[in-house]
Amino acid sequence: MAQTALDEQRKTASSEGGKSALLQLRQGIVRRRRWDLFFAAVGFVATMVGVVTLVVLFIDLILDGYEHVLRKEFYFNFPSRRPSEAGIYSSWVGTALVMLVTFVAAAPLGVAAAVYLEEYAPKNWLTELIEINVTNLAAVPSIVYGLLALGLFVYILNFGQSILTAGLTLALMILPVIIVATRESLRSIPVHIREAAFACGATRWQVVKDHLLPYASGGILTGVIIGMARAIGETAPVITIGALTFIAFLPPIPFQNGAGAFEWLFSPFTVLPIQMFNWLSRPQPAFHDLAAGVGIVIIVATLLMNGFAIWLRYRIRQKLTW
Amino acid sequence: MSVQKTALAASLVAATLQASVAFGAEKIIRIDGSSTVFPVTEAVAEEFQKAKRGEIKVTVGISGTGGGFKKFCRGETDISNASRPILEAEMKACAEGGIKYIELPVAFDALTVVVNPKNDWANEMTVAELKKMWEPDAQGKITNWNQVSPRFPDRPLKLAGPGADSGTFDYFTEAVVGKAKSSRGDYLASEDDNVLVQFVSADVGALGYFGMAYYLENKNRLKAVKIKKDEASPAIEPSVETVNKGVYVPLSRPIFIYVNADAAEKRPEVREFVEFYLKNGGKLAKEVGYVDLPATAYELAMKNFKARKLGTAFGGKPEVGVTVEELLKREGKL
Repeated sequence: MAQTALDEQRKTASSEGGKSALLQLRQGIVRRRRWDLFFAAVGFVATMVGVVTLVVLFIDLILDGYEHVLRKEFYFNFPSRRPSEAGIYSSWVGTALVMLVTFVAAAPLGVAAAVYLEEYAPKNWLTELIEINVTNLAAVPSIVYGLLALGLFVYILNFGQSILTAGLTLALMILPVIIVATRESLRSIPVHIREAAFACGATRWQVVKDHLLPYASGGILTGVIIGMARAIGETAPVITIGALTFIAFLPPIPFQNGAGAFEWLFSPFTVLPIQMFNWLSRPQPAFHDLAAGVGIVIIVATLLMNGFAIWLRYRIRQKLTW
Repeated sequence: MSVQKTALAASLVAATLQASVAFGAEKIIRIDGSSTVFPVTEAVAEEFQKAKRGEIKVTVGISGTGGGFKKFCRGETDISNASRPILEAEMKACAEGGIKYIELPVAFDALTVVVNPKNDWANEMTVAELKKMWEPDAQGKITNWNQVSPRFPDRPLKLAGPGADSGTFDYFTEAVVGKAKSSRGDYLASEDDNVLVQFVSADVGALGYFGMAYYLENKNRLKAVKIKKDEASPAIEPSVETVNKGVYVPLSRPIFIYVNADAAEKRPEVREFVEFYLKNGGKLAKEVGYVDLPATAYELAMKNFKARKLGTAFGGKPEVGVTVEELLKREGKL
């Protein structure tokens, strides 16, 4: 492009016979190219600052913690005052169960709310108000959710400082993320698909169920999983509602030793980020290595979840036919 | 959305009621409070659960001494870890919540200020001198020993201490500067005590502080500074004995657990746990880097516990320079 322009300019320039004009032109081009290069360099540096920092941190974490991550006992020992015997059994089980509650609570609520807002809700001031609030809620600091949950779940509803409370708190926190993602992916479906279905006499629910949800499911799942990945590393709200630091037992297994199906929901618990924080604040360096191990586990879990989201989206897109 | 939430909440409330019935049957001892006491209680909880083969469950949280008392006085926990005695406001809160408690000292938390063995001028220092060195205003200004006191020589002052995340840092700043976490920032900060030992033992003008247990292990490379509470007080050398006697102040303090008296009365597992604590706490405290109480203090504490002696010996105000035995013999105040 630049080359042809240059040629044309050159023709005009030579036809006029002004050598200096040509020179000026060339200098201008050189200058603009220099700017182009300069901006590319700035952009590259800007990108790398983030990436390199992350990579360096991750490598540092791996160097400190890889020995623990490779040990089986690390995953099946309870925390201990002796670093050599300490493990993350109670905290990873806690994290997994809290995430399960979060998923079960947040996914249906979020998707239903988004479908309603996008497909059913009349456009009036109330809907507008709700929409503005949902978008704003996504930016509310997580500690605020923790305080809300402390009042609502722990004291008013009397759920105690339990897995259920933590799961619901984190569910509330990621609800806006899911709603926004679901609405985005519903909005990206071409209008003519809706119109075609309506033209065939489908009800709104049939349109949603048979056409919109299947098509949007990739985007919805991405939203849900990104929300969950945010929740997994969250410490502030979980500390506020009273997750514990030392816990050397697992929640009761359903239907064993006289436990009911849902008793585990009310069990005291701890989660990975809290275990990590606790070990980091110990003076002994051996505990810091353990903390690095937990850090690796959390990062790998997040990466796996995000990878799973990408894979799912890809699979669903491929399968999609009308 | 709100309709759905209400429905969910309602169904969950029903589930709670069901579950809480079964929940009461389970033997869980709930402990929360100070992060300083945490390592000792954690060690005791670990051993206790091993000894009981998981029959009794113990949970230990960290929400700070104040946060712990809040939960304790609402009756949410059975035992509260405290790195200072209960304060007046907290006593009131407990009285309002109808919570009676038994105060039991379980170990000592002590710090040592160390200098290089070749340092022959700072054998003893007053707390005021330490404050002059460490307060935030000293940053960038107090860089020579002779600025701290005219009796010190003209030598560059090099400081080392734990980083801001550590409880030792909180405690030292509180005891010396007067406000927790209030310190100058231009010193060698490391959470690894080895780095601090290395630093102080390599530089004649260096001064550092850390947990006393660590000094005791490195006595050959370091010199401990004797601490004078004020000009008039005698200089006290840090040692297990002076800490035990409660005279090494303000850099040592007893740490406590507060036991809910009702829970101790009605629940055998809580009783068992506290007795296990008082029997094995000293040994375990030493293992995690604290100074244990004298044996007689544990015996006295056990006696007090068995007699269910209620209340605090402090009357709501922290106090320094009292021996633990004296405290345990005092009348309790709720």
